[in-house]
Amino acid sequence: MTLPLLRVEGLHTYIGSQHILQGVDLDVPEGTVTVLLGRNGAGKTTTLRSILGLWKPARGRVVFAGQDITGWPTHAIARLGVGYVPEHRAIFRNLTVEENLRIAERRKGDFQRRRDFLFDLFPDLARLARWPAGQLSGGQQQMLAIARALVPENRLLLIDEPSEGLAPVLIEHLIEAIRALSVSLTVLLVEQNFHVARQLGVHYAILEHGRTVLQGRMSDLLARPDLIHRYLGVTI
Amino acid sequence: MTQGRPVSPHRRAALAAGLFLVGVVVIDVLLFPPAQVGVILLSGLYQAMLFFLVASGLAIIFGLLDVLNLAQGAFFMLGAYVGFGVYRLLGEGLALGLRFAAALLAALLIGGLLGALVERWLIRPLYVRPLFQIVLTLGLAMVIREAVRTLYGPAGLIPIQPPAPLRTTLTVLGAQFETYRVFIIGMGGGLMLATWLLLRRTRLGIIIRAGVEDREMVEALGIPVGRVFTLAFALGSGLAALGGMIAAPYIGAYPEMGDVFLLNAIIVVVLGGMGSFEGTMLASLLVGLTRATAEQISLEYLDTPLLASVSILLIMILVLLVRPSGLFGSEP
Repeated sequence: MTLPLLRVEGLHTYIGSQHILQGVDLDVPEGTVTVLLGRNGAGKTTTLRSILGLWKPARGRVVFAGQDITGWPTHAIARLGVGYVPEHRAIFRNLTVEENLRIAERRKGDFQRRRDFLFDLFPDLARLARWPAGQLSGGQQQMLAIARALVPENRLLLIDEPSEGLAPVLIEHLIEAIRALSVSLTVLLVEQNFHVARQLGVHYAILEHGRTVLQGRMSDLLARPDLIHRYLGVTI
Repeated sequence: MTQGRPVSPHRRAALAAGLFLVGVVVIDVLLFPPAQVGVILLSGLYQAMLFFLVASGLAIIFGLLDVLNLAQGAFFMLGAYVGFGVYRLLGEGLALGLRFAAALLAALLIGGLLGALVERWLIRPLYVRPLFQIVLTLGLAMVIREAVRTLYGPAGLIPIQPPAPLRTTLTVLGAQFETYRVFIIGMGGGLMLATWLLLRRTRLGIIIRAGVEDREMVEALGIPVGRVFTLAFALGSGLAALGGMIAAPYIGAYPEMGDVFLLNAIIVVVLGGMGSFEGTMLASLLVGLTRATAEQISLEYLDTPLLASVSILLIMILVLLVRPSGLFGSEP
């Protein structure tokens, strides 16, 4: 059996004295989109941040491409080929659009090599290259945050709530963009909007109270509306 | 096709500051004869550059690390003593110009190295305790000052001689002005431009500016932010130490010399907007030129130095009433 690109085993993370992750298990197979689902406060964002080392797990293991990366510094994990698009985008507002992209280079010339690909994917960014990123609309900022994670050739992209606060027409554009990306890289997506999640996810995992309660193929989940309603409060 | 850059949110503040500077010059022209105006302007620029050399490091360090480095004045003073030490160590055999250049370089390098050590071993463990950092840097300033006082005595050192071409005077609009002060203006302006280019045109500059906004995201992009912090601290300390060495042949070297500059530099950084390098550049000019004008007005018309001493505080109050976050500061 092929090993997944990312495997999370029994992850426990505390934030201050709060025990947020209480045993997260997760497999992210290579070359697909895996969606992390769950209600508010289930621990989805904490899982992404713990994988990336932004919060240090107290117990458990994170294995990426066969390497145990638990407890590694964030920059070292990122350099293995893990890109991150955080909730609320975290673009650098006082830098221009182009500077936001250049800063993500890991090797000199990364941006130049990927320029056409990025600007074909998000044409607005080419037009706004010299604008301070803080003056972009919410949708444009989201595109910039994703484009920034694509400047180096990452193997895994962690995307947190990309559709949050976007107009429906922009969400459709976003779905197209992530689908196009998933052809060449692996995506672990946290998504509250089940409409988006079902369109993109090939695999899924559901968290509840900081624990993984279900995981498998999205097609199997869609065949069980009772589980979707029970764990996510969504009726399909 | 790329679109043009939209209007910067700081443009209005820059315009207002520019108008204020023009106003100061107009006051000079109305109140004083042309020869004196030239001297006041050069004197203002000279003071501006000295304030800038201490304040720029303070702004870079505060912007990136959220550390108000109260040892910045001590680095300024230490730069002067290091420079003097190297100058004397090299002895008479070497050309004066080379000894002087070596003293400048030594101040920059040793100030930078010391700054890097302070950040790595003293400041870093305290990033989660901002109040402790203030106490630490204040204590560090006292330790450096007392160490220098013990080693060299409280009286200070006799100023070293700069190379011959810098010991002459220039005639500006009919008035005499020391060439060394013009050298200070030139060096300050050059360092201002070089640091601005570093921050605006290089990858390191982009990383520093991004780190000011969101250091966690910079780390998530694969950049070891810790090393960048050390480098920024070293840059800030090195600039202050170089400033001390540049100023010392003119103002002398004494243990308390950094304290006066530190206070003014803090005012400059607050005026410019905490952590904004461009704001610090502009605020240095505002403070330097206003202070020089106020000094002259005090001397000629008031017979008391009161206006000179309160002028900087008056500008600060005025600016902060209109823009509480400073000229180029980000609104919370």
